[in-house]
Amino acid sequence: MKSFDVAIIGAGPAGMASAIEATRNGLSVIVLDEQPAPGGQIYRAIETVSDQRAAILGTDYLAGRDLAAAFRNCGATYVSGATVWNIDNGLKINYSRAGLGSDQISATSLVIATGAIERPTPMPGWTLPGVTTAGALQILLKAHGAVNDDVVLVGSGPLLYLVATQMLTARYAPRAIVETTPAGRLIKAARHLPRALTAFSYLRKGLAMKRKLHKSGIPFYANARAVAIEGTTTAQAVIFQSGGKSHRIETTAVALHQGVIPNQQITRLLRCEHDWNANQHCFVPRLDAFFQTTVENIYVAGDGAGIGGAVSAALRGRLVALRIAEKQGKDTIARQNDVLKKLKADQAIRPFLETLYAPSPENLLPADDVMVCRCEEITAGQIRHAVDLGAPGPNQVKSYLRCGMGPCQGRMCGPTVTQIIADHRKKEVGEIDYYRIRPPLKPLALAELAAIESEPTRHTPL
Amino acid sequence: MFKRVQTDISNPVSIEFEGQKIDVEQGETVAAALMLAGKRKFQESAVSHAGRGPFCLMGVCFECLVEINGTPNRQACMILAEDGMKIRIQKAAIEETDR
Repeated sequence: MKSFDVAIIGAGPAGMASAIEATRNGLSVIVLDEQPAPGGQIYRAIETVSDQRAAILGTDYLAGRDLAAAFRNCGATYVSGATVWNIDNGLKINYSRAGLGSDQISATSLVIATGAIERPTPMPGWTLPGVTTAGALQILLKAHGAVNDDVVLVGSGPLLYLVATQMLTARYAPRAIVETTPAGRLIKAARHLPRALTAFSYLRKGLAMKRKLHKSGIPFYANARAVAIEGTTTAQAVIFQSGGKSHRIETTAVALHQGVIPNQQITRLLRCEHDWNANQHCFVPRLDAFFQTTVENIYVAGDGAGIGGAVSAALRGRLVALRIAEKQGKDTIARQNDVLKKLKADQAIRPFLETLYAPSPENLLPADDVMVCRCEEITAGQIRHAVDLGAPGPNQVKSYLRCGMGPCQGRMCGPTVTQIIADHRKKEVGEIDYYRIRPPLKPLALAELAAIESEPTRHTPL
Repeated sequence: MFKRVQTDISNPVSIEFEGQKIDVEQGETVAAALMLAGKRKFQESAVSHAGRGPFCLMGVCFECLVEINGTPNRQACMILAEDGMKIRIQKAAIEETDR
């Protein structure tokens, strides 16, 4: 089994920056990433994107080019198409490569740079074919230059406007934008404005996007409530209330977005402690000032450490690598302080964004008839009923109902299940906690498992 | 429907979906290729057998599961289309008599 000073999971901005900094400091590094090329979702297809697509995606996206080039040249062992399915306490990592079977490596330090996932968006009809996340539309545009000419965007958050702007630039404007941000949010967020002003370039970009969208004439519905998707076998229409009226827009494609949350599968698997972040409405691994988890030598960089965006992700990646190098005897303190200062400045916009675009209550606590677990088809009402029968937390609800036991392993229902239980029991969300995550992190062919070099045969019965 | 912003397919790869031949661009994932071909239903859900299609396109939601060359439970959004691939809608694993 090959062994490395540092194993990095994920080749987005955090993973790439971490690998660059670690190799620069003489550490041996392996980077395992699930995608065919580096970039993560934010810089997806950054190495191969055409000029035409690059013009649509904008300058923030293209900032990933230099990072990916530096990453390619940094000397780290990079394994693409590698799905990590188990990590044990001794930092032995099992990963699978499509068609090539499984392999294992070990490391002294682990950097989890698996980024964010889109917050689940339960609502009536959200399982119908034709309904995607807004992020999915952006991935199709980045990786494949694919755009849909019949999309209604629904939800809230900066990504929703970015996707709309990019679609507009590609000359396939969305049919409508249905914004679910409740009224009065701007006033609430205003108290964070002084700090946000120190990160003025973000504010300016956001305002420019909104101005462009308003000028475009795309129908815009504010403060939308009671949103549902209609359709028998595929999506046919979006219905909602806005401005005191009921609306119905016929469409074949609906893209949903309610912000992003850390992908916590690996930190949960490794039994790192997590805390509920009430501002970001999600669980975040408990970290020290250098992004080390509650388990020694395991770090989280990037959005997995709490949502901070691409620039901060790369900075966090660098900081973590510098810290690991310091532990191995390198003098990196001055550089660490420099990165910490930049990180603090880049985060100034966050409290404003988090308050303004906090998910709407109807998304966090869906009505009884809304399907929450897509795999096992469990509704919010069934979860509340299980709580009434005595299930105190997500793992008991899972035993009662099988929710979280399908192929997605709770990724699409976990956050909502926790919220529903906390609300129904009138408890703090952090107290309710989350599903216990077990290996394999992703479904695995039995043959692959059987082919792994086994430990010496046990001669005594178990 | 989904369209390619660039005009034509430059490096075609031929795949089959439910017996129908589809030309796609090399480097496209199976999910993207099928969505561009106007396909929306990829699998039947395990419980109610309702149609499902790609949702997240980044390997998280497992809604784009298809059968590829006879192997079920493949994530269409994580697998690149290859010449001659035979793809089928994934059916729920149920007794024939229940259908």
